[in-house]
Amino acid sequence: MALDRELVGRSYPPSAVYEVGRAKIAEFATAIGDPSPLYRDAGAARAAGHPDVIAPPTFAIAVTLEAAMVVLADPEVAIDYSRVVHGEQRFAHHRPIRAGDRLVATTTIDAARTVAGNDLLTARVDLTTEDGEAVCTATSMLVARA
Amino acid sequence: MSGPVRLADVAVGTALPEQLYRITRADLVRYAGASGDFNPIHWNERVATEVGLPGVIAHGMFTMALAGRAVTDWTGDPAALVEFQVRFGRPVPVPDDDAGAEVTVRGTVAALLDDGRVRVDLAVTSGGEKVLSLARAVLRLL
Repeated sequence: MALDRELVGRSYPPSAVYEVGRAKIAEFATAIGDPSPLYRDAGAARAAGHPDVIAPPTFAIAVTLEAAMVVLADPEVAIDYSRVVHGEQRFAHHRPIRAGDRLVATTTIDAARTVAGNDLLTARVDLTTEDGEAVCTATSMLVARA
Repeated sequence: MSGPVRLADVAVGTALPEQLYRITRADLVRYAGASGDFNPIHWNERVATEVGLPGVIAHGMFTMALAGRAVTDWTGDPAALVEFQVRFGRPVPVPDDDAGAEVTVRGTVAALLDDGRVRVDLAVTSGGEKVLSLARAVLRLL
């Protein structure tokens, strides 16, 4: 089923606040095998100029993947989730995510097209603090295979 | 650590240290829990083969995270990584044994941009095959 180009530009209501915890950052760093103290030790992070422990560059996906899924749940998008694979991922970091951040995710459809029967859908998730400070833009291209 | 890499230390062609990472099934379970991505193709052989995969495969985001480690280990400053993008070209099958799969990350400074930024192009392979394409990181160095 071909994706409707009218979907491009569609935006979804902001997510609930996601509060970033030190333990969650440390858990993620351990899962990717990264021993850096900047992800675990607030003193080491402060010595490097950060207010608290920071998160690894791909940590944002733990917040944004669920936000991107609102697109697939949209009845007008009509994509079968069981056929979906992750095609591309991009992060633009305005500053590192850090412990104590209270993040809000806003999802927008950046692109929708059908190529050789495969539906390609690009969801952009803008992560800001509750106060509106831009933190990270995570862009996921999802492919629904024909 | 010898301190973060400085802009003055790099030129087009500067190579990052090559990194070799190993991924086992246990790593995939741990990553699923940490990331919240519980898609069964990353832990359930039956489901993976039913959808036409050779077996359980690594999360693409896990492979991307390893590529990121190669970059942040080199710079010594994760905050220097301001843009990071990959295309998931080919899955990384992870066998059900203690050895798991190997992922090799190579990187080269490909361009010096404005504002102290440099672009690093990454070559990420597993079993001799390229698994990520268009894998690029933009770093802001002092």
